[in-house]
Amino acid sequence: MALDLGGRILRSRTVAALASPHGIDRYLTQINPMLAAHEVRARITDIRPEVSAPGAPRVATVTLQPTSTWRGHRAGQHVTVGVDTGEGRRTTRVFTVSSTEGKPGEPLAITVRAHDDEHATPYSISKYLTERATVGTLVHLSQAEGDFVLPDRVPEHIVLISGGSGITPVMSMLRSLQRRTHRGKVTFLHWAPSADRQIFADELEEIRHQGHGIDLHVLHTADGAPYLSPALLEKLVPGYRDVPTWACGPASLIEAAQAAYEGTDSLQVEYFKPPRTAGVAGGEMEFATTGRTVANDGATILDQAEAAGLTPESGCRMGICFSCVTNKSSGRVRNVLTGETSELPDEQIRICVSTPEGDCSVDL
Amino acid sequence: MTTVEKTGNRRLTPEELEAFGAELDAIRQRIVADLGEKDSSYIYDIVKKQRSFEIAGRALFYLPVIGWVPAVACLSISKILDNMEIGHNVMHGQYDWMGDPDLNSRMFEWDNVCPSDQWKYSHNYIHHTFTNILGKDRDIGYGILRMDEDQKWHPYFLGNPLYAFLLMIFFEWGVALHDLEVENLVAGKRKLSENAEMHRGIMKKVKRQALKDYVLFPLLSGPMAPLTFLGNATANLVRNIWAFNIIFCGHFPAGVASFSQEECEDETQGHWYYRQLLGSANITGSRTFHIMSGNLSHQIEHHLFPDLPARRYPEIAEEVREICERYGLAYNTGPLRKQLTGVFKKICKYALPDRKSRATAAPAQGEPALEGVAA
Repeated sequence: MALDLGGRILRSRTVAALASPHGIDRYLTQINPMLAAHEVRARITDIRPEVSAPGAPRVATVTLQPTSTWRGHRAGQHVTVGVDTGEGRRTTRVFTVSSTEGKPGEPLAITVRAHDDEHATPYSISKYLTERATVGTLVHLSQAEGDFVLPDRVPEHIVLISGGSGITPVMSMLRSLQRRTHRGKVTFLHWAPSADRQIFADELEEIRHQGHGIDLHVLHTADGAPYLSPALLEKLVPGYRDVPTWACGPASLIEAAQAAYEGTDSLQVEYFKPPRTAGVAGGEMEFATTGRTVANDGATILDQAEAAGLTPESGCRMGICFSCVTNKSSGRVRNVLTGETSELPDEQIRICVSTPEGDCSVDL
Repeated sequence: MTTVEKTGNRRLTPEELEAFGAELDAIRQRIVADLGEKDSSYIYDIVKKQRSFEIAGRALFYLPVIGWVPAVACLSISKILDNMEIGHNVMHGQYDWMGDPDLNSRMFEWDNVCPSDQWKYSHNYIHHTFTNILGKDRDIGYGILRMDEDQKWHPYFLGNPLYAFLLMIFFEWGVALHDLEVENLVAGKRKLSENAEMHRGIMKKVKRQALKDYVLFPLLSGPMAPLTFLGNATANLVRNIWAFNIIFCGHFPAGVASFSQEECEDETQGHWYYRQLLGSANITGSRTFHIMSGNLSHQIEHHLFPDLPARRYPEIAEEVREICERYGLAYNTGPLRKQLTGVFKKICKYALPDRKSRATAAPAQGEPALEGVAA
C-alpha cells in the first residue's frame, strides 16, 4: 500500500508540474534507473540459450524483471526493447514476449534470435542480447502492445500456426492456455527449416508426449514436409475455415494462410517482417532535404534512402515504433502492412513500411 | 552593410571556396566517424550535474538566511546548463545518434518559455540556414534592434540601447515572442491568425513555468514562500542576462560580416561555410566558461557544424583557425569583455542615423586585411 501511495504521488499532476518540463522520471533515474513513475525499464535476470547448433545463429531467452510501472502483457503481444549496445549508442527493436501472460510488475521473457544488422553499430541488438548482455544489464521497455492476442474466453477449438521465430507469440499463447487450464482442443502447426534449429525443442517434445489436448504438428521443410496449403489444412483440421486461427511467421507463410482462409473472418495474423511483394517500381524517389533523387525500385522508402547513402532515423523497421516518421511532400505511397495507398500532400508516413508508387518526394 | 571587405577579409575565388569547403567537410566526417562513448558519457554527466544543481537549488531555499544566495546560484547554474549546454545543443540534434529519446532533438523540451518546436524552426532552420543574411536572418536585431547599417534608420531606433537592455532582462520572453514575427505582423506581411497556434504553444509553456517557479515551489516552502518566489525569479533573470550576453557575442561583435540576399543566391556549400565563418565570433575563456556558455563561445565552430556535439568544438577550433590562416580569413575571437564592448558600441552606434555619406562608405577594393582580428 505504501508503495502504491508513493506511485500515486509520483504520478500526480502536482509532481508533474514540479518536474516540468523534463518529467519526474528524469530525476528518479539519476537516483536509480529501476525507479520510475511512468517509463518502463528492466534488468536482465537470466539468459538461457535456446539454440546453439554450430553454424546456426544463436537464440536465447532473456528474462527481465521490469520496474513496477510495467502493466503486464497478454499472450501474443510484443514490446519495444532498447539496449545500450556500446559506443554510446542505444538500439531499439521490437520483440515478442515469449513468457506466459503476466500481471503488472511481473517478470517477462523475450526470445531473441541473433542476426546481423548492417545498420547497427557496433552490435545489432539481437546479437548484443544473445552474446554480450549479462545478468544485471539494464534495458528500456515500452508497455506491451499489439492486438495479436487470445480472447479472454478461448473458443472450444482453435488453430495456432507459426513459422520460424513466429513460434514465440504462439508459445506464449500455448503456455498461457496451459496455465489457464484450458480444456478445449488446440491444433498447433509449426513450420521450421530443420530439427536442429528448433527453438523450444524440449518443450515441444514434452507437449508431443503429454498431449494436454494439444494436437502438435512440427513440419521441417528441409526434410520434405509440405508447406501450408488449403489441402494440408483440410487434412489436419477438417473444416478449418470455421475454426478461429492465429498465425504468426514470415510473409510467405502469412500470405499462404491468408489465401487459405480467404473469405472467412477466422484468421488473425501477425507479421514479423513486412511482406516484400507490395512495392511497385517506376518513377523517381526524391529525397528533398538532401537533394538526392533515385529511380524508385519498389522497396520501402527507408531501404531506398539507405541504399542512396542517407541515414534516416529508424527503429523497429516494421511500422511499430514510429521512429522513422517523415514528412512526405508529394506522391502516392502504399502501406505494405495494410495495402492501403494514400496520396495526400504533406503526410506523416512511416517510411519503413511505405513503398512509393511512381514519383514520390520525402523530406530526407 | 558590414561587408566582407570592410571586415578586412577577402573574397575567395570559386576554386578556393570549393577547396575550403572540402577541408571543412573532412573535419566533419572525421568527427562523425569518431562519435561514441566519450561524447555520450559527457552529456550524461552534464545532465546529472544539471539535475543535481537544480535539486540543490530547490532544497537550499529551506535553509533560512544563509541558504538564499547559494540557492539562487545553484538554480541559475541549473537553468543555464538546461538551456545552453543541454537544451540548445540537444535540440540541434547533436546527440540524436545516441538513440536515447531523452536526448533526442524531436522530443526534448527545455526549461524556457519558448516552446522547443517553435525555437527549432526559427533557430535551426531560419537562423542557421540564413545566418547574417539581411532580410532573411531574423536573429539580426531580433526584429526590434538595429544591428547593421543596412537596416534603414528610423527615429524608433534611438531607443536601441533601451530595447537591448529590456531584451536582456526579458530574454527568454524575447526569444519566445521573436517567433511570432510581430514586426511582420505590423508590416502586414503576416496574419494574426497565423500566430494563433504558436500563441497557444507559448502560453502553455508560460503557464508551466509560472506554476512551477512562481506558485508551487514557493507554496511548498511555507513561510519562506516570498523568498523562494524572489529566488526563482532571480534565477530566471540570471539565466536571461547570461544567455543574452553570450548569444549577442556570437554575431554582433566588431568585425563580423553580414551578407546581402543577392550574394547568397544559389550558394555553394563552400560559400555557406565561408558565410558562417565570417558571420560568427568566438569568446575565449576557461573550460568551465565554455561549458556554461553551452560552447557557444565557439560560435564559429557551432555555425560550421551545428549538429556535431558541442564538446568537440574546442578540438575542431584549432584546425579551423589553421585553415583560416591559410586562406587569409579572419578568425574573430577575443575575451568576453572585448567582444561585449564591440556589441555595446554597435548597439549605440546604430541607434543614430549613419554619419558617413553613402559615397565614402563604399568599400575600397583590395584594402589590406585588418591585423589583429584574429587575436
